[in-house]
Amino acid sequence: MRYAMAIDTLKCVGCSDCVVACQTENNVPIGYCRDWIVEAVDGTYPQLEIELRSERCNHCDNSPCVRACPTGASHYKEGGIVAVYHNECIGCGACIQSCPYDARYSHPEGYVDKCTFCYHRVEKGQKPACVSVCPTNCMYFGDLDDENSDVSRMLKTRKYKVLAPEAGTKPMVYYLI
Amino acid sequence: MKEELFISGRANLNIDPVLHIWHWQIPVYLFLGGLAAGLLFFASLYTVLGKEDKYKTAVRIAPVIAPFALVLGLFALFLDLKHKLFFWQLYTTIRFDSPMSWGAWTLMVVTPLSFVWVALHIKDFFPNWDWKFKLVIQLEAWLQKNKQGLAWIILIFSIILGVYTGILLSAFNARPLWNTSILGPLFLVSGLSTGAASIMWLSKDAKERKLFSQIDLMLIAIELFFIIHLFMGFLASTEVQIEAAKYFLGGQFTFSFWVFVVGIGLIVPASLEIIELSGRHIPVAIPAALILLGGIIFRFIMVEAGQVTRYLY
Repeated sequence: MRYAMAIDTLKCVGCSDCVVACQTENNVPIGYCRDWIVEAVDGTYPQLEIELRSERCNHCDNSPCVRACPTGASHYKEGGIVAVYHNECIGCGACIQSCPYDARYSHPEGYVDKCTFCYHRVEKGQKPACVSVCPTNCMYFGDLDDENSDVSRMLKTRKYKVLAPEAGTKPMVYYLI
Repeated sequence: MKEELFISGRANLNIDPVLHIWHWQIPVYLFLGGLAAGLLFFASLYTVLGKEDKYKTAVRIAPVIAPFALVLGLFALFLDLKHKLFFWQLYTTIRFDSPMSWGAWTLMVVTPLSFVWVALHIKDFFPNWDWKFKLVIQLEAWLQKNKQGLAWIILIFSIILGVYTGILLSAFNARPLWNTSILGPLFLVSGLSTGAASIMWLSKDAKERKLFSQIDLMLIAIELFFIIHLFMGFLASTEVQIEAAKYFLGGQFTFSFWVFVVGIGLIVPASLEIIELSGRHIPVAIPAALILLGGIIFRFIMVEAGQVTRYLY
């Protein structure tokens, strides 16, 4: 099993519903976010191209954060989901330094926090909160090892990219382009 | 032109707009760790070489700073932790992939060893010192007898400690400025040079001062070579590393790095030492203090600037 996400940049309108859904579902402290929207503008007026991306932890296959963690608090869950055991985390910041996506932050209570792909929902067979609320249905979640999952089908038929592939992390959030 | 903006307003504390999760505690530790590594290196080196009596300051006097530096450094590291009450989790596991785990265990070995080394020479400071308990007296006698072996162990661990201060940073591939293998040797040499400068400063023996002045000169030359090598490597590398180098070649860290670290911290003390070696008298405190100052500013700039360099946005 290998969980992954595909996000259609052609369908995303940047409404930030995924951001709010995540904050509500996961009780994210005020002022923080586990996912966010990036607007990338390319070109010179009037020839402009806009790409909207909902970004989050990439749950990388080769996670530098799991390697950097001195205590083993950062770990892989079933399906490659990268998560943090709060009571093993010492708050040293090594994982935050190691993430090329800056997807982690220090929770006001001291431990390091991040997107969990809504593991508590996924293990019950539900989709992550961000995916479930998207009004344009631009996000797909599922198992890459299952040929018929939403995410496998999208990656088979569409062109896609990942963020900062040169960082060597093998990210598992794909952007359909 | 390409422009990427957060439109949902990611503003996580200490992450945005630029990463600033490590504050003054880390460079202070890196400096103290490097200094302790330098002092222990020279103390054990000259013991192994059998020149204990020739270079008394290096072997017997200066190492007294090392345990204090290490304890203060460890305390700084502790202050940096955000989930402090769980610090003991570091010592429930050894993680070979994590340089910080290696470092935590290295400190666990080196710190007690540095106390032992000072204890073996405590009679130099307090001639009437009495260990009181029979067991301690026997242990001390045994360690005195096996001092060569102890020196070898300390020699190896001091090098690991010195290299570790650089490897801690260089293992983070997400921060292009740190992600270069030259950082380990560079931090080691810089740590050794701060150690040599302290010995030079404390020594009252003209021959010993001259030796450590020469050692320092050599270390400064190696450091300058590594710094040039560092930037040559960046400029021949990927875009993110070229961008990282630009912070030092015209960007916001240009002045502080080249003036305070390279100028005042390396070239000025080296020039003063050359003048001294050529026969004119210069108070040893000046070059020694400048080297120590340069060493600490170097670590502050590297930690600060490394966090500014990134892959995205």
